[in-house]
Amino acid sequence: MSTPSRKDRLTRDEVAHLAHLARLAVTDEELDLFAGQLGAVLDAVAQVGRADVADVPPTTHAVPMTNVFREDVARPSLPRDAVLAGAPAAEDGRIRVPRILGEEA
Amino acid sequence: MSDLTSTDAAELGRLLSAGEVTAVEVTRAYLDRIAAEDDALGAYLHVDGESALRTAEQVDAARAGGTATGPLAGIPLALKDVVVTEGVPTTSGSKILEGWRPPYDATLAARLKNAGTVLLGKTNMDEFAMGSSTENSAYRVTRNPWDHDRIPGGSSGGSSAAVAGGLAPWAIGTDTGGSIRQPAAVTGLVGHKPTYGSVSRYGLIAFSSSLDQAGPMTRTVLDAALLHEAVAGHDPLDSTSIASPVPVLAEAARRGAEGDLAGLRVGVVTELGGDGHTDGYDEGVLARFTETVALLESLGAEVRQVSCPAFDLALPAYYLIAPSEASSNLARFDGVRYGLRVGDDGARDLDEVMALTREQGFGPEVKRRIILGTYALSSGYYDAYYGQAQKVRTLINRDFTSAWDDVDVLVSPTSPTVAWEVGARVDDPIAMYAADLCTLPASLAGVPAISVPCGLSEGLPVGFQIMAPALADDRCYKVAAALEAAQDAARGSRFLDQLAARPAGSVA
Repeated sequence: MSTPSRKDRLTRDEVAHLAHLARLAVTDEELDLFAGQLGAVLDAVAQVGRADVADVPPTTHAVPMTNVFREDVARPSLPRDAVLAGAPAAEDGRIRVPRILGEEA
Repeated sequence: MSDLTSTDAAELGRLLSAGEVTAVEVTRAYLDRIAAEDDALGAYLHVDGESALRTAEQVDAARAGGTATGPLAGIPLALKDVVVTEGVPTTSGSKILEGWRPPYDATLAARLKNAGTVLLGKTNMDEFAMGSSTENSAYRVTRNPWDHDRIPGGSSGGSSAAVAGGLAPWAIGTDTGGSIRQPAAVTGLVGHKPTYGSVSRYGLIAFSSSLDQAGPMTRTVLDAALLHEAVAGHDPLDSTSIASPVPVLAEAARRGAEGDLAGLRVGVVTELGGDGHTDGYDEGVLARFTETVALLESLGAEVRQVSCPAFDLALPAYYLIAPSEASSNLARFDGVRYGLRVGDDGARDLDEVMALTREQGFGPEVKRRIILGTYALSSGYYDAYYGQAQKVRTLINRDFTSAWDDVDVLVSPTSPTVAWEVGARVDDPIAMYAADLCTLPASLAGVPAISVPCGLSEGLPVGFQIMAPALADDRCYKVAAALEAAQDAARGSRFLDQLAARPAGSVA
């Protein structure tokens, strides 16, 4: 695999698109700042492309992972009031969420 | 008892058990120093003196009543604010969690509570543990006790400043790419990153789940071993927790302090400050490192050079893997279940509220890493970035594995430089990331690594890193204790006594 070519650094539009995907309402000033900084970071991290990794498997975890089973036993949940006390908005013993459907729904 | 705040935790435990001091006296001594000095130092985000004194009173009452109390009972403690604590504000250094009081304890917090330790407070940190200077905290700047114009390291910089500055006898930090070891190194502490999976991650606010580990930050190697033993062990609530017995570490530290390292095979990693790899390293750091390697030889160790070529790519691999995992982990901060919610006016929908909440709640470094991780995971770039980084991770593992054929431990400087001046690297993410150069390989491979003080450069502490195979944390403690004992004997005092002996906030 060759080093990804990032001669054309991340554009402002690309950063705006990524921010949208990540649900970040970034400002114009941030777009200017991040486009430059992320371009420099991307140049640095693109060095992973230098490694000869033909036939090298990926490592996802530092220790071998196996599925972990446990007994299917009911245990007490966290107290409802304690959880709701930490929620930004609660109503009728539930977490109140922002509008999830459009006007026409 | 004015020197209680410079006494190491093991000795405090002995004094408490022997009835020579009470938990209330010790706790009050620390609370007094926090009240007097933390405005300037900035180590804590939250201190609850009343609660701490109440706990201390309970320990004293139990001890007076003859109820069995453990060896740590009554010893005060600070927890990095990434550790979830029931009813105690927990922010992970972020505005998005401002004011949140968690409904449960992290496993390690519960274990330390059950051991009778007294929680002094929660320490400052880079937001979501992303940073190497604690300047990415959304709340305050933390100062290095050795020089208040310098950073205390990061991301566990509140913990390092508190312990080095005498505002806590010891503390818990977390380490994803070096966030225990580097702050310990630049403040003159012992800091150990345990084998991945040996300390429960349940209740640690996740940054990069395949890398995050909690561990001790202390004034002595023995203290680190005792605190590590107290939090280690299998936890069914963490599916990556290793089901093996709690390792015997304090005994390893005591044996190491006897100073005999005959037969120990030590590998000096060429790629971490060795020939041809000295760019970016302080001369003073390399000089202290070389002297300390010679000290290991004088204690009987056999030293050889070991080349680990893939370590050169640890930094780019890490800064792809960690942001990728972070972009996924931080999706939970959606403004729905806990923390901040912005713009919920009935007109805006969930997506808009989420985007506004995250925009206002996250700081710039967190946003940068989320965007970078989103990019590295996106279709079309995945193979070239995230996939390639995971393969480099395999190469780093292989370098470690082949090294263990020839040596028992690998050593390097902990960080290329001493503590830098506050503000010097805030606008340059690449310069900030370079502080993690030496700590990243052990993080990516999940192996244990300790930082132990090895002298001063420009009047500031330098750390020496010892890495060992997975689950051989005891080797880190043994070798670190041998070095500590030999240096203390040569100096005639403990490392941190040099800090106490000079005017506050000045460089000698």
